Amino acid sequence: MLRDIYYAFLEFLQTFGALQLFFLQLLRNTPKVLVKNFRLVVHQVYNAGALSLVIVMTCGLFVGGVLGLQGHSNLARFNAEDSVGVFAAFSLLKELGPVITALLFAGRAGTSLASEIGLMRATDQLSAMEMMATNPVRRVLVPRFLGGVIAMPMLAAVFSVVGLYGAHVVGVDLLGVDGGAFWQQIQTTIDKEDVYEGIIKSFVFGVVASLLAVWEGYNAIPTAAGVGRATTRTVVITAICVLILDFMITAVAI
Amino acid sequence: MQQTRSVELGTGLFVLLGVGALFFLTTQTTGSDAFSGDETYRVTARFENVGSLKARAPVAMSGVTIGRVTNVRFDPEQLNAVVEFVIDARYNSIPDDSDASILTAGLLGSQYIGLQPGGSDLYLKDGSEIMFTQSAVVLENLISKYLFSSGGSDDGDEDE
Repeated sequence: MLRDIYYAFLEFLQTFGALQLFFLQLLRNTPKVLVKNFRLVVHQVYNAGALSLVIVMTCGLFVGGVLGLQGHSNLARFNAEDSVGVFAAFSLLKELGPVITALLFAGRAGTSLASEIGLMRATDQLSAMEMMATNPVRRVLVPRFLGGVIAMPMLAAVFSVVGLYGAHVVGVDLLGVDGGAFWQQIQTTIDKEDVYEGIIKSFVFGVVASLLAVWEGYNAIPTAAGVGRATTRTVVITAICVLILDFMITAVAI
Repeated sequence: MQQTRSVELGTGLFVLLGVGALFFLTTQTTGSDAFSGDETYRVTARFENVGSLKARAPVAMSGVTIGRVTNVRFDPEQLNAVVEFVIDARYNSIPDDSDASILTAGLLGSQYIGLQPGGSDLYLKDGSEIMFTQSAVVLENLISKYLFSSGGSDDGDEDE
């Protein structure tokens, strides 16, 4: 029993270490890819970012709307409906924006990265590249990783802005909070540090989500079932890591 | 080739949108009255009770922000609170017998320091101390005064 735990722990440590080395390998190849294969990165920013815009904006709008409704009905008990803007902005900027965007990103872009790379592995495309003296890390992995890292903070920012708009629509236009008070309270309460905290979070989540997606795809068992498993693991592990990291970053920031 | 073009176009639009959103968040949601004095001078004031005044709280005169609180600390010798704040060097003709009071923005808003001009010919300068101060109003004290209407009792410097 104890022995099983010991071996499981060792295996975890080994995977974790391999992941770090993989991360370093990606970082080491990053400058060259940025200089030589910038187009590939642009293409991946499009895949990970521009194509995720629709889902991110739709979700942001409704999350903001829910914050407006909930905030209004709860704050109305204290006659503080005007604070609904602050309530929504704080939640969006610091927590919901980065976290929900990261989860959506894992579902929309992470899975497609993992399955694409896994399928390349399963159909021996990665080995074929090595045969042609093309470095698959540089050609396939790094551009996808960078695309995700670049796209995530922007997606999170778009999510927050659209969410604020949703809260504004519900709070000001539907429930009749004064528009001036809505914005004035937001501006007097929120500091630059709060915005930066959200940006840092979304950047960290972008690195984690992209890294895990690329890693799972690259290490997928080269069968149909293996690729499917890699895709599932990407979402599950990213969700867990993002939520744990969110707690840790918030604890440090406060 | 056509497809590459549209991909690049889409990416460009996306990045513009993302940067625009980041810009909006940093400029529009944060305080627009951000006090950005480069040239400042430092003034201190002592209060019996600072309430919930914190560093970075605004210092206002006639409702206009002219400075920021930089430090709030307790003086163990004189047993009162020392508040240090900086005032923008443009406002260098504030009489040195002005009085400082700790006020609250709105009913439950954050606290700030309000300055009332005095009539002296000498002005506040770097390192001067404001002599006339008025402590923050603590709601509990106000209520107990009202309830017991004893008037003369001067308790009430519980520090949080």
